[in-house]
Amino acid sequence: MSSRPAIEVEGIVKRFGDVRALDGVDLVAEPGKVLGLLGPNGAGKTTLVRVLATLIEPDRGTARVTGLDVVTEAARVRERIGLAGQYAAVDENLTGLENLTMVGRLYGAERAPAKRRARELLERFELSDAADRPAKTYSGGMRRRLDLAAALVAEPPVLFLDEPTTGLDPRSRLGLWGVIEGLVAGGTTALLTTQYLDEADRLADEIAVIDHGRLIAQGTSNELKDRLGGERLEVRLESAADAVRSIEVLAPMSDEPPQHAGHDVTVAVRDTHGVIVEAVRRLSDAGIEVEDLALRRPTLDDVFLALTGHVASDEDEAGGEAQELETRERAA
Amino acid sequence: MRRLATDTLIIAERNVVRLTRTPELLIGFTIQPIMFVLLFRYVFGGAISTPGYTYVDFLIPGIIVQNTAFGGFATALGLNEDVRKGLIDRFRSLPMARGAVLGGRTLSDVALNALSITILLITGVIIGFTFHTSFGDAVAGIALLILFGYAFSWVLAFIGLVAKSSETVNSIGFIIVFPLTFISSAFVPVASMPDGLRQFAEVNPFTIVVDAIRHLWIGAPSNNDVLWAVVWSVGIIAAFSVLAVGRYRRAAGG
Repeated sequence: MSSRPAIEVEGIVKRFGDVRALDGVDLVAEPGKVLGLLGPNGAGKTTLVRVLATLIEPDRGTARVTGLDVVTEAARVRERIGLAGQYAAVDENLTGLENLTMVGRLYGAERAPAKRRARELLERFELSDAADRPAKTYSGGMRRRLDLAAALVAEPPVLFLDEPTTGLDPRSRLGLWGVIEGLVAGGTTALLTTQYLDEADRLADEIAVIDHGRLIAQGTSNELKDRLGGERLEVRLESAADAVRSIEVLAPMSDEPPQHAGHDVTVAVRDTHGVIVEAVRRLSDAGIEVEDLALRRPTLDDVFLALTGHVASDEDEAGGEAQELETRERAA
Repeated sequence: MRRLATDTLIIAERNVVRLTRTPELLIGFTIQPIMFVLLFRYVFGGAISTPGYTYVDFLIPGIIVQNTAFGGFATALGLNEDVRKGLIDRFRSLPMARGAVLGGRTLSDVALNALSITILLITGVIIGFTFHTSFGDAVAGIALLILFGYAFSWVLAFIGLVAKSSETVNSIGFIIVFPLTFISSAFVPVASMPDGLRQFAEVNPFTIVVDAIRHLWIGAPSNNDVLWAVVWSVGIIAAFSVLAVGRYRRAAGG
């Protein structure tokens, strides 16, 4: 039983009108791991979370959470999941303590134990001082922490974190990352959706890249980066006019044609040994002035760009439309 | 079933706590009706003839019935806000009874309506309203008001789920509530209305409920109004609970 995947998704299709928000997604999350679901706005991330959290039914395909079908065994699935989202669904007119106590009671706990558990969580999320203040007086970061605490009330084995840090300032983001890391260290399985590559890089054991409702890659952050074929040499030129000539002189170092944009030239180098020295020699022989030169591993940004043909934060037209549909569907 | 009752009470409790923190709503449900009572009693009352009754005795049952219709706005606005703010998603992801969110909402309106009814009755007595019937009949009238208010909450629960914003809730709500309450026997005798309006007023459930309350409180002729008021209330609950729950489910995607 324990070896069974925490989340299994097979061929899930979900349409909103003419838009296929999910277009045949397959996905597996191992227990105790964080699976990062990475994609731009409108890629279908939130829709997939909503299917898994039993909020919407898929048009086709099956999904299981801890082995339980999200459609036919929805009631039992709900006992085993916690949901925290970008919308920070807490009652603004209730205090932090009241919010968490209410959620505990709705999970079936009596009032007194629910209250104890609420205090425990407030302590853990550093909200004790604000426990008796209405949530509407909370800052954005505090609200997210309260929302996350609400998802943890019943210590569910599977957590869905839907863009938990979207819209937060960098400091609150870092704080929340620490909290999430602490959580999954305790053995909880988490499905984390994000459009931030650094967030996926830092928190996720494994990353699934989703775009236009399809899964386009899955693997660890390193595996995905390796796909791009190792290190890249980045050269910043004194003069953009030298770009074409620098590409000519650097091309023999790579199997792929070097890329350039303005002053910057990027070369996916074959091997890293002596690369910098060789590059400097080639450029200086050609009389090209260099401002900066560095060797780096591909980032998830590179991976994303290579996989989808656009950058992760890009909100292309179709994406925007699907996102809008998701929002509308929420409001309906 | 026990779970449904417990969860409904938890949600109702939450709504009542919320209500105490939103003074603007409480003012809407207490001060505003008192102003209406005073307005009709002292500004319009002198010009309205109600053969057989003093205007204050005629007015109080009518205005209290009108006010119970407004109690449902707490449900409509609250549900609408819960949908927009994602709280409904949280509730749906919890292993709680499915009917509890709507059940708890409409139930908390009962508390709100009980408060409004009490305030209006006290106001009424201060400005000269008197019960002309037995204690039992007076209590039966209050029970009928609570039942009808509960029924109307289901109408507004449906509106709250359908509407896209709180402004829409208010405009749909007022467009429905104003004609229904004013083209009824609540403020003037139906016989004084022109053709067309009079026929509408005669079949209007608000007229039936107002007449039923007048029968129970000031001894107006019965015409089986109490029975019909109960039938209307139960019918409204049956129809709109099905519609609202259907809408809630559809929002849930099945």
